[in-house]
Amino acid sequence: MQISGFNNFKYCHHHEFHKPHHTHAKTGGHVEVKKSGTREIKVVRRVLDVNEKMARQNRELFKEKGVFVLNVMSSPGSGKTTLLEKTLDEIMPEIKCAVIVGDICTTNDADRLVKTGAPVVQINTDEFGGDCHLAAHVIEKSAGSLDLDAVDLLIVENIGNLVCPAEFDIGEDARVVVLSVTEGEDKPVKYPLMFRECDAAILNKTDLLPYLDYDRELAVKYIHQVHPDIPVFELSAKTKEGIGPWIDWIKGMMSRKKP
Amino acid sequence: MRAGVLGEFILHEMGIAMQIIEIATDSIPDDMENVIVERVNLKVGKLAAVVPDSLRFCFDIIAKDTPLKGAKLVIKEIDVVARCNDCHTEWTITEPVFSCKKCKSGSIEILSGRELDIDSIEIAE
Repeated sequence: MQISGFNNFKYCHHHEFHKPHHTHAKTGGHVEVKKSGTREIKVVRRVLDVNEKMARQNRELFKEKGVFVLNVMSSPGSGKTTLLEKTLDEIMPEIKCAVIVGDICTTNDADRLVKTGAPVVQINTDEFGGDCHLAAHVIEKSAGSLDLDAVDLLIVENIGNLVCPAEFDIGEDARVVVLSVTEGEDKPVKYPLMFRECDAAILNKTDLLPYLDYDRELAVKYIHQVHPDIPVFELSAKTKEGIGPWIDWIKGMMSRKKP
Repeated sequence: MRAGVLGEFILHEMGIAMQIIEIATDSIPDDMENVIVERVNLKVGKLAAVVPDSLRFCFDIIAKDTPLKGAKLVIKEIDVVARCNDCHTEWTITEPVFSCKKCKSGSIEILSGRELDIDSIEIAE
């Protein structure tokens, strides 16, 4: 589906993708009669195994196409979209980029990102009451509408949420969590899984520090308490101050993937 | 917007509950008809992004029109156990500190606590 007025802009509605088609062999499994009089059938399966399988397929496809995939996650309002706008500004056209952006509603983020010149796919999840994360099959369908041969770096802007996206592998190469100085310093210890699962953290909106009682050392300490040795980039996406090391990190990660 | 935040959590568990119902329904052997599933036994690691109460709540709502109607979702929570890659100490993580309890090394491996597995289903005789 294409929305007129945006050359690069592909709009996907989540319901088109909602259920991946899959079949499972019914083996019956191991059966045991319990004391309670019930018959126990062993299942032993990961609840999210369908997602995990799809994520592995995505990873293989991205490897084959030589695309590096970066999954960017954060709570709502941390400045992900501004960060991506400025990041694309810095690394394009040297690196060919595309963006998949997930939101519960609206195409506002895609409207902003398409101005960078990168192909943008917007996913809205509101069809199902607003899914709180992007799952692997949604990424698979969205990536299918992009010319992956013409992409080196695919950035996925996940739904703003520090809980659920951490649980869903989408086939990415690296995960980044964005935290901003207008949030509590203790976010990392409140959402440890997210910070454990990420390969880098960004502390955004540092231009606001003079106006806030924010203890950035404490925030960094909490990040490292949950994930020791993780790189933390303190920057202001708005002013681009401190953005250099973040860009270098992306380039470094990309060169590590190249065969 | 508190309701929105609550909504997000519930929805997340809703999707997981749907997967559980799908896998559990799939696990009923083909040759059994009109079975009553009494329990679905689930293992959930304490580090998994799942709130057991929310998951049970969602499961009960959506199980109604499925072969799992009336089944009880039994959730066994699994502790977060880590092992240090340097001094090989093993310990249970009870607060969000992920460095070695003994030598403070940051190089650790999570041995358990990330589970989100269906262990078994129990069918009435």
